Formats: sequence, structure tokens, C-alpha cells
Amino acid sequence: MMADEDIVLRAEALRKNFGKLEVTRDVAISLPRGARHALIGPNGAGKTTLINLLTGQLKPDAGRIELEGGDITGLAPAHRVRRGLSRTFQINTLFPDLTPIEAVALAVMERERTAGQFWKRLAAHGDAIEESFTILGQLGLADVATRTTRTLPYGQQRLLEIALALATRPRVLLLDEPAAGVPKDESAALFSVIAGLPSDISVLFIEHDMDIVFKFASRIIVLVGGGVLLEADPETVRSDPRVREVYLGHGHG
Amino acid sequence: MTDSIAPIESRDWLRRRSRWSPFEILFWLAALLPFILFPTYLPLASQIAIAALFAISVDLILGYAGIVTLGHAMFFGLGAYFAGIISVRGWGEPVSGLLMAGLFAGIIGYIVSFLITRVQHLALLMVTLGLGLLTYELANALHDLTGGTDGLRGIRTWPIFGQFKFDLWGYTGYAYTLALLFLCFLLSRRLVNSSFGLALRGIRENVKRMPAIGADHKGHLRLVYAISAAIAGLAGGLMAQTTNTVALDSLSFERSADVVVMLILGGTGRLYGAILGTIIFLVARDQLAGINPQYWYFGIGLLLMVVVLFMPTGILGFLARIVDRRK
Ligand SMILES: Nc1ncnc2c1ncn2[C@@H]1O[C@H](COP(=O)(O)OP(=O)(O)OP(=O)(O)O)[C@@H](O)[C@H]1O
Ligand SMILES: [Mg+2]
Repeated sequence: MMADEDIVLRAEALRKNFGKLEVTRDVAISLPRGARHALIGPNGAGKTTLINLLTGQLKPDAGRIELEGGDITGLAPAHRVRRGLSRTFQINTLFPDLTPIEAVALAVMERERTAGQFWKRLAAHGDAIEESFTILGQLGLADVATRTTRTLPYGQQRLLEIALALATRPRVLLLDEPAAGVPKDESAALFSVIAGLPSDISVLFIEHDMDIVFKFASRIIVLVGGGVLLEADPETVRSDPRVREVYLGHGHG
Repeated sequence: MTDSIAPIESRDWLRRRSRWSPFEILFWLAALLPFILFPTYLPLASQIAIAALFAISVDLILGYAGIVTLGHAMFFGLGAYFAGIISVRGWGEPVSGLLMAGLFAGIIGYIVSFLITRVQHLALLMVTLGLGLLTYELANALHDLTGGTDGLRGIRTWPIFGQFKFDLWGYTGYAYTLALLFLCFLLSRRLVNSSFGLALRGIRENVKRMPAIGADHKGHLRLVYAISAAIAGLAGGLMAQTTNTVALDSLSFERSADVVVMLILGGTGRLYGAILGTIIFLVARDQLAGINPQYWYFGIGLLLMVVVLFMPTGILGFLARIVDRRK
């Protein structure tokens, strides 16, 4: 299996039921290195659930997940993050009372395993703070680095979601509707930030806005009713009658 | 806000947050006043210093990491009994005895932390409460070791460093407790201003996000729980050594509840809130209960409600806001 070496994240036969509801049925995906893939599907299709399964927030009923060739199916979420699999949340999951510089520095120091050093002043972790600052700068958050997160405009909070994920230095980044709730003109800017991420990070993002999906994704996975309906390049997806019917036809966003 | 803040400035900002303020220096100087101004109140001052140390230990887990507890007297009492029992059995050297008492409580705290980190919310409250009650009954049952309801008898504390005898007036006692309070405060202050302190606040702010940034938050919780238990044990040990008595009330539910009340009065998550709350609580009790115990319960009930309703960040948080606004 030579081709395997390029696949960073692979899931096979993933299955998850909530009671009788089949939310994930036999899903297989593979994300190559440097991918910019989109995951689309109507509301309730099971997109967030799939991300929860991949990152370990939920345990699959069946199936297998591999990260860079290693089995991570039974690994705790934090351990997956340390192996390079990071995510953002559809609904802001931030630290409301921390400032962005504190939050990002915390993620950096957790990665560096220096967060437990209770004897050393925070300001003495110069490298971590420097790095956090660079990350915030990349996302245009440098100006608000020392403001309390809860006071930031919503759009900047969405960017901080991404900053926190980047601070873990991911090889694979799963973005759950990064632009959810952001005005259309701002969401284009947000996605150009995502497009500008280092090319060795593999990205899978969920997004409802088709213009954005077609612009930024090199490949699209269409999820319907918990199963993969189609995985193809944007052109094929755009012209597929089934996709038009179940997804585009019903009108979204 | 349009100009970009340089990283240097941001680092400065982080550093400023942990800098000593004139208020703090003033406060610690004021803590010396009882020696000169109110020597008759030295025993009360010691009692306050011990309770403040206990409140700081609870602030570390409740105020910073957000773990609610109704059973922390467990560690206070374990420290008190440990220090008392070794003295009864012939080792009355205070400093080493105290350190051992703190270590003992810390070890028990670390063991218990594995249970604590498994539960949340109401279950957590019940587990801490249950463990507290359990320890109380255990101490009651081990009559030969603890003296049961009669309390521990025959504690004798040797002079500190073989030099300073514990005098009737409480000069040595207050100097000893104040020194320990200050040392533990310095340690706690460094801890909350460290990356570890930041991680604890992260847990309090959003425990769901912690694993998603790769954090071993349960490891952090176990560590802070053990440290907190050790400090509570030191406070208990101090009580045993300065009063030469240990009774079951050191393990009581009331003590666990009182310390939470003190903390909420003063304000959680700011260390000084623990100290201020303790001072207000114990001074008010001393004055009001002297007149009539009913006044005391009425007064503390009223005060608690006023604070919770109108000063959600505690009295110190309220004062800090006024000072900030003036700037
Ligand atoms: N913890 C849960 N328990 C029970 N049902 C759940 C749970 N989480 C999700 N579901 C259900 O599973 C289905 C898929 O939910 P999911 O959040 O994965 O959809 P989604 O594709 O992300 O939708 P959206 O576009 O609205 O974000 C929905 O019907 C939802 O109600
Ligand atoms: Mg979703």
C-alpha cells in the first residue's frame, strides 16, 4: 500500500447511532497531506458528529480511525491533539474570561508540556508568548491580544477558535463551520486566512456557503443522512444531480 | 486600538499582572499591627491567620480551578490530627511536625484526587461532602488514636528552633502562623501567576475546550488538589500546635462550609479575597457572638445575601472595581 503514505487521516466503516437514529453510517474518508477538503451536507446530516468521532469527543460504535498510519480509534481527545489532530467548534468553545494571548499561550504551553510548571512565572515563558503572538498576528488578532475574550466581537471570537487550534501545531485541522454566524463579507476574509495556512497542514472544513466551498475546496465530501453520498472534485459535485436534489435544491444559508 | 500592540508590550502586560501592588505591601505591613496595637487579640489574630491559610487552600481549587467542595475540612483535620498525634507520641518539634502534617494531608489529597476528577457538578459536591463525613466518623471511631469526642489530649509543642517558646499571650503563636501564612501565600501567588495557574483558569473557564487544546486537565486538577490539601493540612497542623488541642470539630462539616462562606464573602480567585473574607467572618463572629450568638447567625446570613446579590465577585472584587474605575 504505497499510496497510504500520503493519507494523513483515514477513517473506515465508522458508525454511530444515537438510540435508533443512525447519525454516522459506514463512513470512510481519507485526507491526503496538504488537503483542502470540504465536508458539506444539509442540517442534521451528521457532519459535526463525524468530526466528534474523528477527534474523540464521541466514541464510534464501529470502525477505525488512523492518523499518519497509527490507529487512534481508542485514543482520548487530548492525546489525538498531541499527535497532531486539532479541531474548532461550530459553537464558540473559548475561555470567556481569558485574554487571547493567555488562551493561545496556554495551548502552546500545553503542547510544549510546560503548562504544569507552577513554580515559574507566566511572563518567564518568553518563547511561548512570542509564538502565541505570532499566531494571533497571522489571524489579525494582535490588536486585541490583551482584551478579555468575552468582550471581543463575534467575528474575532471565530478567529480565536482557529488560533487555539493552530497553537497545538496540527498536522490535520478539522474546522466545523469556522464562519458560522459571520457576515458574508467577513467570512470570505476568514477563509482566505484558512487558505493561507501552511501547505503541510491538511484541512477539512464544514461550510454551508457554496460559493466559499467551491472557491476554497479542492475536493468535496457530501454527507447525507449520515452516509457519504459522494466524494469528488468541485466540478463533479456541482453538476451531480443527486447533490442538486438533496442539498442545493433545498436551498441553504 | 488601531495601533498594533508590540509583542514586548503584551509581555509587559502579562508581567504587570503579577507585579506587587502598593496595596499588597501595605496589607502585609498591617498584618504586623496586632503585635503592637492589639496584643490582647493575638490569639484571635492567630486564629484568623490559620483560617486564612485554610481559605487560600480552598481558593486554589474553588476560585481558580472551579472545583466546588464541601469537605475540605477533611484535610485541615488530617493535618491537625497528624501534628497532634505525633506530639502526643513524643515528637513535639513544631517545624518538622508541621511539614510532616502538610505532607500527610497532601498525599491523602493526591489519592483522593483520582476520585474527585471523575465527577462533576452535584456529584462532585456530594463526593467531597461524603469524604468529609467519612473522615469525621473515622476519627470518631478511632478513639484510641484520636481521643474521639473527648479530643486529643496531651499535645505539647516544643519551642520553635529550640528557641522561641509558645507564650501565653500568643506572641510566638502569631509570629509562627503569620510567617507560615506569608510563605504559603507567596507559594500560592507564584502558582496562580504561573502557566499552571493559567491552565487552572482555563479549566474553570471551559473544561470542554481543555482536551481540545491537548491539555492533560485531569493531571492539572490532581496536582492542584494535592497542593491544596497539603496547605489545608499545614493550616490544621498550625492549629494543633498553637492551641495544643485537636477535637473532632477540626474535621466538621461546619468548618468545610464556613471556609466556603469566607471565600465567597471576600471574593474567589484572587487569594486576598480569601484573607479578607476570613478577617470579616472571624472578627464579626468574635464581636457579635460575644453579645449574643443569634446576632452572629443573623448578621452572617444577611451579609452573605447582600454580597451574593450585590457583589457577585465578593467584597474584594467590588472594591477592586471601584479602584479600577477611579483610575
Ligand atoms: N448527543 C446527541 N444525542 C442525540 N442526538 C444527537 C446528538 N448529537 C447530534 N444528534 C443528532 O444527530 C444528527 C446529526 O447531528 P450533527 O450535529 O452531526 O449534524 P450537522 O450535520 O453538524 O448539522 P448542522 O449543519 O446543523 O450543524 C441530528 O439529527 C442531531 O439531532
Ligand atoms: Mg454541525
